[in-house]
Amino acid sequence: MKPDTYFIDGNTACAEGAIAAGCTFFASYPITPATEILETMAKRFPEIHGSYLQMEDELASIAAVIGASWAGRKAMTATSGPGFSLMMENYGFALMTETPCVIVNVMRGGPSTGLPTMVAQGDVMQTRWGTHGDVGVVVYCPGSPQEMFDMTVEAFNTAERYRLPVVLLSDAVVAHMTEKVVIPPKEELDIVNRKKPKNSPEEYLPYCPDEDLVPPMACAGEGYGVHVTGLTHDERGYPSVDEKTQTFLVTRLINKIRKNSDDILKYEEYKVDDAEIIIVAYGSVSRSAREAVDMARAEGIKVGLLRPITLWPFPEDRIYELAAKGVKAFLVAEINFGQIVYEVQRCTDGHCPTYLAPRMGGSIHTPEELVERLYGINEGKEGSN
Amino acid sequence: MRKELRFSGFGGQGVILMGHIFGKAAVFDGKNVTLTQSYGPEARGGACSVDIIVSDKDIHYPEVRKPDILISMSQPALKTYLPSLAEDGILFIDTSLVEYTVMENKGIPATELAEEVAGTRIVSNIIMLGYFTAATGLVTEESMKKAISKLVPKGTVEKNLEAFQVGFDKGKK
Repeated sequence: MKPDTYFIDGNTACAEGAIAAGCTFFASYPITPATEILETMAKRFPEIHGSYLQMEDELASIAAVIGASWAGRKAMTATSGPGFSLMMENYGFALMTETPCVIVNVMRGGPSTGLPTMVAQGDVMQTRWGTHGDVGVVVYCPGSPQEMFDMTVEAFNTAERYRLPVVLLSDAVVAHMTEKVVIPPKEELDIVNRKKPKNSPEEYLPYCPDEDLVPPMACAGEGYGVHVTGLTHDERGYPSVDEKTQTFLVTRLINKIRKNSDDILKYEEYKVDDAEIIIVAYGSVSRSAREAVDMARAEGIKVGLLRPITLWPFPEDRIYELAAKGVKAFLVAEINFGQIVYEVQRCTDGHCPTYLAPRMGGSIHTPEELVERLYGINEGKEGSN
Repeated sequence: MRKELRFSGFGGQGVILMGHIFGKAAVFDGKNVTLTQSYGPEARGGACSVDIIVSDKDIHYPEVRKPDILISMSQPALKTYLPSLAEDGILFIDTSLVEYTVMENKGIPATELAEEVAGTRIVSNIIMLGYFTAATGLVTEESMKKAISKLVPKGTVEKNLEAFQVGFDKGKK
């Protein structure tokens, strides 16, 4: 789409964000509530000479995306919970082989096929620990159609910069909501492309990292020999299944994200400075929480909102700092039975209680029910979880 | 200014399109708009609605709960959504299809007018939008016309703008 102000839904904005970021390969299998991403890509890709593949399932979708990335394309797939579960094996493969790509998961109610058309936030820990082994991951959680555009661009940039599959974790409300979306001119968008090797094919070691722990990436057809394997591999990319290589490789994969987390981490604060109670909420629920902050403040309760935009890296230092500074309590609102709440609890390190406002899926919290909880916490009527 | 709106009718009347046209027009006017719609298996004939919040300020909680304005293009939609209307809310109905006299309302025979003007009832939604635009002044006439031109199928723009004008003129009275 031309740079302009549009009135589009979150899924359309996500597809446009991908195209703006330089995505030219998309392989997916339709699923509510992500289907509009496929529809938009199918319509738009002929115009940009992109490759659109509707695959037989989600296993094939992510496999095709990984292949395309190694052929030098910026590639994406989009799905919801049931498809995301199927992608877990190759999510790990992409992490192990440091394959830049973007996986969009528009969350709906689970487990299993659950609530196809309705919202939930039950896949949060799956993005972190859903694939086997120790991994460092990056997950963006947009809160509006505008952020669906912006964070998709950012997800591609992070994927290319740090060479990993990045998850855009949206939900049915944000994806299906229609709002004003500004698509900026090309020259105003920062677009990151993966590092290419500077040395000759004879000298090139495909998994030898630079100082930032990210190895330059040679792709198929560029004249370099590249071996891609999910087995523990040495700097040449050859399987080397021993403890020393494993320790070296996996430590680097995790530190690649950990040591660069200041660069990746994103969160937004609202009226946190003098807050005695802080709500932590992400995605669609953060919008209810934001309203609850104003409602509670009108009644004299000092409340603030901390909205993680990256769920991983998680704003751990900031939460610890706030807890240690004397915040009375945290209230975590999420559409699940408690996932991020345990992260917050961990980060407060016992300085203050953390409460959970759970919801089983189907709709988002109302501001009123959050205000009700805030009253209870403020008056000391709530026991800790 | 902050208003909650609910447009309702049956699938096939173009109720969702009404919401998108209004929302786009409000964006042209520089306002913030959040549109949500229910997703269900209903197609043509089933109950259908679209919810919109329009505001000069940022919109956070996206759901409409007590609409200030309700448009009902069918009797079942009226029955379903009337209880949600705010106490001092305004009700718009298509009097060709909806019979209602209990509370004060703004009625226009949109479906009959559509047949008269365009020879097809398909533009009844746009007639209602014209009427609604003139009666509420929530968005400008120019922005609505611009939004209609962008969102209706190619080749039908003129007919739709004509329908808009008919509704608009009735609403000004």
